[in-house]
Amino acid sequence: MAIETEPGTLQHPGGGEPTGAKDTRAWWQRPAIHTGVLGAVIGYLVGYYLGRAISANYQQISTSDAHDIAIVLGFLFLVIGWLVGLGVFNDLLRHMAGRPMPDTEKTNGDAAGVARYFRVTLDHKVVGIQYLIGMIIYFCTAGLLAMGIRTELLSPVHHVFSSSTYIELVGEHGTMMMMLMTSVILGPFGNYLIPLMIGSKRVAFPRVEALSFWLTPAAFLILLAAIPLGGFHMGWTGYPTLSVQDTSGADAYAFAFGLMGISMVLAGFNILVTVICYRAPGMRWSRLPMFVWGILGTSVMMTLAAPILSGGMYMLLTDRTVQTAFFTDNLGGSTYLFQNLFWFFGHPEVYILALPGFGIVNEILPVFTRKPLFAYKVAAAGMVGVALLSFFVWQHHLFDSGINPNMRPLFMLTTEMISIPTGFIFLVGMGTLWKAKIRFSVPMLFALALFFNFLIGGVSGVFVSDTGADTTEHGSFFVMAHFHYTIMGGLIFAFMGGCYYWLPKMMGIKLNEKLGKWHFWLMFLAFNSTFLPLFAVGWLGQPRRVFEYALRLQGLNDWVSISSYVLGFSILLFVINFVWSTVVTRDRETGNPWDARGLEWQVPSPPPVHNFEHIPVVLSGPYEYGDPDAPPVADLNPPVGVLVGALASAETEESEA
Amino acid sequence: MASVEAQASGSGQREPNHGMRIFIISLVLGVIFDALFWFLLSPHMPPGTMTSAAASEQFDINVLAAIAIPVMIFIFVYFGYALTVWRRRPGDDTDGPALHGNARVQTTWITVTSAIVLFLAGFGTYELIVPQGAGAGEGPAPIWTPPGAKLTVAQQIAPWTPGQVLVIQVIGQQWKFSYRYPQFGGFETSALVIPDHTWVQFDVTSIDVIHSFWAYQLGVKADANPGVDNVAFAKTDQLGKITVRCDELCGLWHGAMFDYGKVVPVSEFQSWASSSRVELASITKLLPPYATTYNPTVIPLFRLGPVVKKLGLFGAGGGYYPPQDPQQP
Ligand code: HEM
Ligand SMILES: [Cu+2]
Repeated sequence: MAIETEPGTLQHPGGGEPTGAKDTRAWWQRPAIHTGVLGAVIGYLVGYYLGRAISANYQQISTSDAHDIAIVLGFLFLVIGWLVGLGVFNDLLRHMAGRPMPDTEKTNGDAAGVARYFRVTLDHKVVGIQYLIGMIIYFCTAGLLAMGIRTELLSPVHHVFSSSTYIELVGEHGTMMMMLMTSVILGPFGNYLIPLMIGSKRVAFPRVEALSFWLTPAAFLILLAAIPLGGFHMGWTGYPTLSVQDTSGADAYAFAFGLMGISMVLAGFNILVTVICYRAPGMRWSRLPMFVWGILGTSVMMTLAAPILSGGMYMLLTDRTVQTAFFTDNLGGSTYLFQNLFWFFGHPEVYILALPGFGIVNEILPVFTRKPLFAYKVAAAGMVGVALLSFFVWQHHLFDSGINPNMRPLFMLTTEMISIPTGFIFLVGMGTLWKAKIRFSVPMLFALALFFNFLIGGVSGVFVSDTGADTTEHGSFFVMAHFHYTIMGGLIFAFMGGCYYWLPKMMGIKLNEKLGKWHFWLMFLAFNSTFLPLFAVGWLGQPRRVFEYALRLQGLNDWVSISSYVLGFSILLFVINFVWSTVVTRDRETGNPWDARGLEWQVPSPPPVHNFEHIPVVLSGPYEYGDPDAPPVADLNPPVGVLVGALASAETEESEA
Repeated sequence: MASVEAQASGSGQREPNHGMRIFIISLVLGVIFDALFWFLLSPHMPPGTMTSAAASEQFDINVLAAIAIPVMIFIFVYFGYALTVWRRRPGDDTDGPALHGNARVQTTWITVTSAIVLFLAGFGTYELIVPQGAGAGEGPAPIWTPPGAKLTVAQQIAPWTPGQVLVIQVIGQQWKFSYRYPQFGGFETSALVIPDHTWVQFDVTSIDVIHSFWAYQLGVKADANPGVDNVAFAKTDQLGKITVRCDELCGLWHGAMFDYGKVVPVSEFQSWASSSRVELASITKLLPPYATTYNPTVIPLFRLGPVVKKLGLFGAGGGYYPPQDPQQP
């Protein structure tokens, strides 16, 4: 299925025609973020007015939740207006009108300035940077909310926030993290690097990719809009009955989460097709970089699981607005239905938050140990195994709920079985370290920290998967500590490692190494000091999402809160380093600073608009360190006609294997 | 990894047997820490041993910890060893050995992890079924039950004698738990009192949103869903105080939804129950007849006023919602 020949148009993202006109308008006349905002404002007003007009005629609705219809329609039209304003549909309309597409090469090429980052673009590298900046903003916002939570928990009796504000903070923090961090690695690094890693000039669906990004600011802002609308008070899980009864903030929650579900499907689908169809000749499955495997698994989970989320959120919205009763027990619905829908998405989701991290560390380890990745096939099997098994474990979130109690042994089995493929990742990491020549650069430190953190997160996962032990741990701070160890300790550490490792590639700028080491050590120590005591706090009986707790637990809670401020400060160091290095010092790094073999490092940094001059022919795997006989990764200038031959030989070798 | 040894021995200096060293260090540390854990810490692990359910959960946690400790120690020792021994020496710019895998190591790893995992799943299943559901909510039709469990309303309202299964209905509402004792005429109270050495059957339900009944020392946790009777079992073995907390976010004052109960000798329980029955008789009359679940929308509001006052359930604001979709405060 990989690319066989090099037809020019196929490799030309977006199907632009060279005859098309070049866009020569001034920046403020072209659709960009400012027209998007305008569209959003108009859209919201139109939708709100429509909602008011519709609901006014229905007695049943107007006595209960008239407002909700207006708000939800407002959000819907806001998103449509935002996208129209951004010009997402322009090419589509142009196509329908039979007008020629603008020449994408020119449009991409001319927009070398900053302006292109504020526009819808067909260049996956621009989308990657947009995602990177977006994700850092989202992460810091949600992190600040977490500082608020920890501030309230400084004392069991004195309150900084009202009980309502406190629950809002917990819900906002959790939801923002869980919905947006799904793309924290896939968005920036997946979109930017995967075409480079598989030897393609483009992604499969550049417009879909751009759309997936431009939905995230909308989802983020709509989620934040919950605060002025009265907040939502049911945590990130949004269980009815509470979420059906809650104030209008819950509309924002359900709409934003459902919208982000759509963004996930789009992002995942684009990458899935890109990896399957756009690999360069010779880029066999057995030569695919581990990061690509990880993102591939993530994309599969996103494409299959996120629709369930969007569906569930949609049903919740209709329950809240037009008075359907999907989730109302005594009207024929069931609250259990929502719990099933939510976790059928929610469990794959937590692996969506794990696999990209595994991918990154597997990419970093061989470079800084100067050794091939140990047991490549086992690593790939681990990724695929986790992705598949993740769909069969969701009811372990519901062990005490009374749903299918007799199925609990089965879900206990499937859950514990996931630790087998997860264990593969440890085998691979440990094997790669064996007799290595370890270089402790900042990316490597983050990769090693992932193993430390994920070990604790994974082992505590076995404690909660055991139904008996879970009776004590379910819904307590033990669970809270467990998933922060896997997500914060896994995903976010990997993300940081990825930033230090790939920013020289993506921006041609190396982050300050010394500040990086400070950032790493502070973050590593503060992270563990924040979350390790929470296992004990949970075991000692503190439930999640409470603003009052037992007096005897104050010491531990204070320790945790103070550590969390240090953790917050370490993230600030990262932001400072990021801004300092990319804006102020701009330490140029155009080559291959880590001396890495990956295909993405064989082109200049940052890569030219079309990545490769010619489709490369991949000659060997990306991890052949220490093997003097290994051929170079790829031939970047294959002689004409060699492509077909390379493909033929690749096929025979594959069938032999 | 053995093959690498052979490969590396050509370098003149004899390579130490790294694998053996790592194995021995972690074995020694593993045994020491496991012994320390088992003898010093394990008797104090949560949630204690007040009931059969709590004891079985404590046993589960201890067994899991005893397995987890050596595994974690092995991995930490391996990483510690690797990071000290196999770091790049200054000036050395060569690559490491081109080691792509090792069939024996891979098979061993996969076999061992699979064996541990399958053992854990088997152990967990056994520990769920044999201790009668291990204190977790088992839904309306539990199949792992103690002898004499009372699964129909008729059985639940028949008078109680010591030795029988005691039925306590736990009713969650914003933001308070109340307890109904069907075997004593169905009185409802906000005090949780339980006799010692007795199998207790908790029938957990809610009359508004979802709550979760978590009696920490009893090792019982069961979601309280409106319209669902979620049953959990535990046999009391010790006297003492119980902390009850709501464990499922249920609205603004979820954090304040807790109370305390106690396990008392059987005779004390009997006198408490019969006096409460008499004391609360006038209220019991007003309550809806005992049932496994209640539909909040059909209970006439006016009948509840005095009950609510007498029980002190002000926090719940009456608890029962009008049929229209209500708005959270
Ligand atoms: C910056 C470091 C972080 C800190 C200090 C932090 C702290 C907290 C705290 C204090 C809570 C509330 C616990 C409670 O009362 O139930 C919480 C909840 C939560 N956090 Fe974090 N967190 C951090 C990062 C993350 C990340 C990276 C994620 C995931 C991507 C995440 C996901 C969640 C979720 C899902 C909840 C549960 C919210 C709920 O109960 O509805 N957190 N966190
Ligand atoms: Cu509650």
